[in-house]
Amino acid sequence: MSEHNTHIEEHRDDEASKLGMWLFIFTELLLFGGLFLVYSIFRLQYPANFHESSLELSVTIGVINTIALLFSSMTIAFAVTAVQKKNNKLALRMIGITLLMALVFLVNKYFEWGHKFEHGLYPGSDLMQLLERGHHLYFSLYFFMTGLHALHIIVGMILLIIVYFKVKNGSIHHEKYVFMENGALYWHLVDLIWIFLFPLLYLIS
Amino acid sequence: MANNGSHITEYRVLAKILLILMFCTFLTISVTSFHLGALTVTVALLIAGFKSFLVLSYFMHLKYESLLLRILVSMVFVLFIVIVLITFIDYSFR
Repeated sequence: MSEHNTHIEEHRDDEASKLGMWLFIFTELLLFGGLFLVYSIFRLQYPANFHESSLELSVTIGVINTIALLFSSMTIAFAVTAVQKKNNKLALRMIGITLLMALVFLVNKYFEWGHKFEHGLYPGSDLMQLLERGHHLYFSLYFFMTGLHALHIIVGMILLIIVYFKVKNGSIHHEKYVFMENGALYWHLVDLIWIFLFPLLYLIS
Repeated sequence: MANNGSHITEYRVLAKILLILMFCTFLTISVTSFHLGALTVTVALLIAGFKSFLVLSYFMHLKYESLLLRILVSMVFVLFIVIVLITFIDYSFR
């Protein structure tokens, strides 16, 4: 034991970091919650229009995207467990799979949206102006909600890429991984929102 | 210990949760293919609620978090339900 004990206590409060992340998640939940509320009120007002419009969406693409997101949610939880168990190699692989699933989701969304754009169906298009009010509202909400959700996917991917490199260079390890936990929390939030978006937009008719 | 008492969720627990979530998804799809009117929406939302409960508790580790955090998260959902109720009451009595 040296007499010059220069052990530096790191100032860190993982509980507080997580609490902060959760507070942010609350604002996100209420943001999407508000949109769900708008959706349900207009659905009550225009049930027939909403029913017809929802038939335009491809359930198959919706199901593939749901599976991709659920699976990616598990792989990122796997990655956190792997880091806790000092298995960084597995963690990196799991983050990689998560990012791949996110990409699958976005490519699917690209084709889904692209198909609608080809038919002249996009916010502000001439066709949209001609639609009945209920159809117009449905597709406006569809584009806004899935668009905002896709934006969250992109932000989540950026976060997870940062996590990937932090795990790789060793700044995230089994004793210090709160940044990774918070990134994973964000990713689960994206999954959580989709759990409600998918049945409401694609299935219920 | 850096993360005092932090819980490690085992791989097989996470895998089981994924299986239940997948099963619930297909349940939702098959339920909504029957046209039961208002009941369909209720069932679909109940299943979605159950799925989000699983994601929150296991994937987001809430089951093993402090009581404070668990109460806070439930309060947000209570708040949202209150907002929905007030809006619907307002909407139906206009």
